[in-house]
Amino acid sequence: MDKVASQKLLKKGAEASLFLASWHGRRVIVKARFPKKYRPAELDAKIRGYRTAHEPQLMHEAKKAGVPTPTIFLVDMKNAAITMEFVEGKQVKQLLAKVSKKERQELCVKIGELIGKMHKRGVIHGDLTTSNMILSGEDKIFLVDFGLGEKNTELEARGVDLHLMKRALQSTHYQFAEECFRNVMMGYSAVLGGADAGKVFEKIREIERRGRYVAERKQA
Amino acid sequence: MKKSACCLGVESTADDFGVGIATFQGEILANASSGYIPEEGGIHPREAARHHAEVADKVLSEALSKAEVKPRDLALIAFSQGPGLGPCLRTGATVARALASYLDVPLVGVNHSVAHIEIGKLETGAVDPVTLYVSGGNTLVSAFDAGRYRVFGETLDIALGNCLDVFAREAGLKHRKGMPLGAALEQLAANGEKLISLPYVVKGMDISLSGLLTAATNLLHKGECKLEDLCYSLQEHAFSMVTEVTERALAHTEKNEVLLTGGVAANSRLQSMLSSIAEEHDAKFNVVPRQFATDNGAMIAWTGVLAYTHSVVTPIEESFVKLRWRLEKVEVPWIK
Repeated sequence: MDKVASQKLLKKGAEASLFLASWHGRRVIVKARFPKKYRPAELDAKIRGYRTAHEPQLMHEAKKAGVPTPTIFLVDMKNAAITMEFVEGKQVKQLLAKVSKKERQELCVKIGELIGKMHKRGVIHGDLTTSNMILSGEDKIFLVDFGLGEKNTELEARGVDLHLMKRALQSTHYQFAEECFRNVMMGYSAVLGGADAGKVFEKIREIERRGRYVAERKQA
Repeated sequence: MKKSACCLGVESTADDFGVGIATFQGEILANASSGYIPEEGGIHPREAARHHAEVADKVLSEALSKAEVKPRDLALIAFSQGPGLGPCLRTGATVARALASYLDVPLVGVNHSVAHIEIGKLETGAVDPVTLYVSGGNTLVSAFDAGRYRVFGETLDIALGNCLDVFAREAGLKHRKGMPLGAALEQLAANGEKLISLPYVVKGMDISLSGLLTAATNLLHKGECKLEDLCYSLQEHAFSMVTEVTERALAHTEKNEVLLTGGVAANSRLQSMLSSIAEEHDAKFNVVPRQFATDNGAMIAWTGVLAYTHSVVTPIEESFVKLRWRLEKVEVPWIK
């Protein structure tokens, strides 16, 4: 009865493959984490199992925080596959370079607000990139791909999450990475409040200094 | 005999002092080096720099005689300008400046990370790869886009080679000539059978290795696990992490070549993991030959040629070393 039919490969990602399928007459996405031959079977099973079990939980939590995420229909632990709502829309990654400066700024502020809402509820996304954000027909930004996420309210986790967003902007949208991240921070502050957001931004600077070969790093 | 113009490259970012000679056509004529091996512990920057100063003339003459090139035949001097250890970089830079001024030829400061990628491309024929560059000081995933090598993923704390070396030293392994710590660890790991559970930390396209190192070291000192099993488990976890982020970058950029470079590229287990993801994404897998995997002068010489033939020169008065010169800060005018 829970048969998912007519699967068509949409995207072969690194971590999982996405299939477009039909389930009870609706269009759904089946996200399947296939075994990785390169790592030992035990480690592989652990990683795939953990991510398959946690991703739906985090998506559900994020939804409760007011962050649009696809609705989960089925979780198949045996095959490490999740069946979820198909969100019709465009990847923010494709959009950022095409829209006007004003639209770009609005998009980034909105993204910052979503991250703020999520963090406030203790959800860390774990892979904030513009490929994991979909602007739907009704102008809502959906966040997807919570496989590397976790439940965590610590400053460190929030800092790393935003740091990854910044890094993703720098590597993929280098032409306006700084402007975009400034706007993300603006939206984030608006939700979390200036004081709490300020602590996270200070943490980001600390995380950056910890990294390798960064100019900000002080010599001992 | 050799009519083609030559570039001499000096490498001295860390524990190796290397001199390489490359023709402007990309033929490597010589690649001489001398490694500093500490009595104990890791690299002491000042001691390493002292070693470099002591061996500089010997390594230089070795490279020149191997290449059958006279100093007067050199058209260009390149040196590793960063990133790296200050005292070591300065020693190499001093040698390079002296040569360039004495011979009255141009000087080019080369980014060490760019050089690891360029020598990998030269030696394997890769054109536009996703590169995993892993060594004692660096762990990053990079690909070229719009004038620069962009960094898609990297370590949030320590480098992969550093992680393996520190563990190996804690386990009492010794760095010997021709047998780096990583190779000694690899041998032990090959005899490991049981996978011990250790932290696995991937954050987006970044990874964190310090928790893994601490956990493995703690287990080592408890003395309840076989050393072979620990080496095996450490390698499997760390290599799976870098392989996962490389695969992410590969899927993200949709490039069709993978290049493995840097000192840890010599590890055959890591090679097999990366080759597996390349195959899965219909990409060609390339690994830098062993003699060009660790830090070497040839890669500096060749990258110097690329830069110079695209109008990059470094006037002596601007040839300060750059200890924290990030890969993505470097303009790469020789691509496209």
